[in-house]
Amino acid sequence: MPEFVLLTTVVFITLVMSVILGVVAYLILLERKISAWMQDRLGPNRIGLPLVPFSQSLGLGHAIVDGLKMLLKEDIIPKHVDKWFYIIAPSVSAATALLAFAVVPFGPSVAPPQPVPIWVDANAAGNETLIENAVATFQSQQSDYRSKTNFVIAPGLDIGFLFTFAITSLAAYGIVLGGWSSDNKYSLLGALRSSAQLISYEIPLGTAILAVVICVGSLNLERIVDYQINHGWLISVLPLGFILFLTSVFAECNRLPFDLPDAEQELVGGYHTEYSSLKFGLFFLGEYIHMITTSFMLAILFFGGWYFPGIQQLDGITYFIAGFAVLFFKVFCFILLYMLVRWTLPRFRFDQLMGLAWQVLIPLGVINIIGVMIVQEFFSGNQLILLILSLLLILTTTGLVSVNHTLQSRATISRKLYLNRLRDLR
Amino acid sequence: MTTKEQDIRWVEAPKLTLLDRLYLPAIAQGISTTVKHLFGPKLTETYPEVRPNLPSNYRGVHRLNRDEKGRVKCVACYMCATACPAHCIDIVAAPAPEEWQKDGREKYPETFVIDELRCIYCGMCEEACPVDAIELTTLFDLTGLSREQMVFDKEKLLSVYDTTVASGTDPVRSSMSSLGPAAELPKS
Repeated sequence: MPEFVLLTTVVFITLVMSVILGVVAYLILLERKISAWMQDRLGPNRIGLPLVPFSQSLGLGHAIVDGLKMLLKEDIIPKHVDKWFYIIAPSVSAATALLAFAVVPFGPSVAPPQPVPIWVDANAAGNETLIENAVATFQSQQSDYRSKTNFVIAPGLDIGFLFTFAITSLAAYGIVLGGWSSDNKYSLLGALRSSAQLISYEIPLGTAILAVVICVGSLNLERIVDYQINHGWLISVLPLGFILFLTSVFAECNRLPFDLPDAEQELVGGYHTEYSSLKFGLFFLGEYIHMITTSFMLAILFFGGWYFPGIQQLDGITYFIAGFAVLFFKVFCFILLYMLVRWTLPRFRFDQLMGLAWQVLIPLGVINIIGVMIVQEFFSGNQLILLILSLLLILTTTGLVSVNHTLQSRATISRKLYLNRLRDLR
Repeated sequence: MTTKEQDIRWVEAPKLTLLDRLYLPAIAQGISTTVKHLFGPKLTETYPEVRPNLPSNYRGVHRLNRDEKGRVKCVACYMCATACPAHCIDIVAAPAPEEWQKDGREKYPETFVIDELRCIYCGMCEEACPVDAIELTTLFDLTGLSREQMVFDKEKLLSVYDTTVASGTDPVRSSMSSLGPAAELPKS
């Protein structure tokens, strides 16, 4: 077990919290800028920062002004709401999003040592020395582990990913509470959609992670990174798992192809229709923190986290800086992907959304797990076989479970029905 | 009337190949389009800093033209006021001063008032004017603190002429330098 040092934990928590909150402000600005650029506009460029070159054309001051706006606006609590739940909902949403970050290694990390296996023969002599040796190696490994810096708020947590998984799905409570307590049909509809969506997409998310866990043999995120340092990035082994994870993570974050809980065109504002001021800001914050956390997850689970070939030859401070830089670059790429996809894909209809989860992603996920299990068991985890299997699965199953197939046959049926009706009329 | 069977043209969704059904190539294609726009040229005009380059036939604020001696060109014929569908032009005519009469001017507007809030900027006054004295300029961002301020009198309209001439943004008729048949005073 890693030693619990209050000071480093507190320092890490404050550091991570303040960095995240600052980053979220600028992510919102980035989102506004990128959406503007994609629509051939210039985007927010009214407010700059003093003494920073080009800050006005980049609108760097907008991030701060936006935050101030959220703080200073009138906070309206409508009379018809269920006050207690109405107030608690945004904090649940933001708090769960922040809490999920506790086990994420946000910088260079070291995998906690595995238990030392010993085989004791009950009848043979010298058991004592065997056990003593084992204890000695274990203790030396532990002290070695403790001497290294680990950029995780709660390092060495063995349930690792399960914790994140559990906490992020709690975010649905924030949305459901907010939607229900608002006493507004649009809010309620948004909340209901959200709960249905989250429940559906957690299954493919879980199956995608299970494939990773079977490959690595541990839920601990530091160990998953460590495995990828030794065996190469998991994207090269599990492309299908990556696609499943990516798709379901988009749905979990309520991002655009799946942003039905707050579809403006249908539901006014979705679950936060009745919210204003900082309460709305907290929902917004939660959504963006969710995006950051899942981007970290994508980078750590499939792209080797802070690791990049050759990074371990560096020493001292350069090693840490390089680790941070690599990880943040990967995370930034995924956040950029979120924004790119937002302005590329149109929103799904609700039945299509459910169809995608239950008819395509879940069967694919289950078959993926079975495939990974078979390769692990009978081919001793041969990476090439895993990759080929994963690619083959993508091709064959999409051919089989194609949503479009059903749509086409429906068109033919309606044609026949129409022609029959015409004949009856005559 | 029933629709005949042969008149119906059935349109079916195109058959998708396996690659199409994967959706992933289509998504990649879409992302490449958005990325192209990300770095492409921008259409935004940063308005207050960069003034739009409007065509000279734009219908903005009116101006009252001056003749070569700097006098108001209008002959107070009421054609514009008659043509105006919004009834926003109010003219009071008076006999021209002695000096003007030497140049053949008989009448001139004592007051010439346009309610810019009432105006619909249709350009009918401009078309009706026989001497091309009233024109619509490219100025579009007129503001005022009260309704009274937005009622432009003769001095204000002449000052619009001065500013537009100074900034070189003459409206289409003046800049084409071919005014209407009655625009030049008869040579006597």
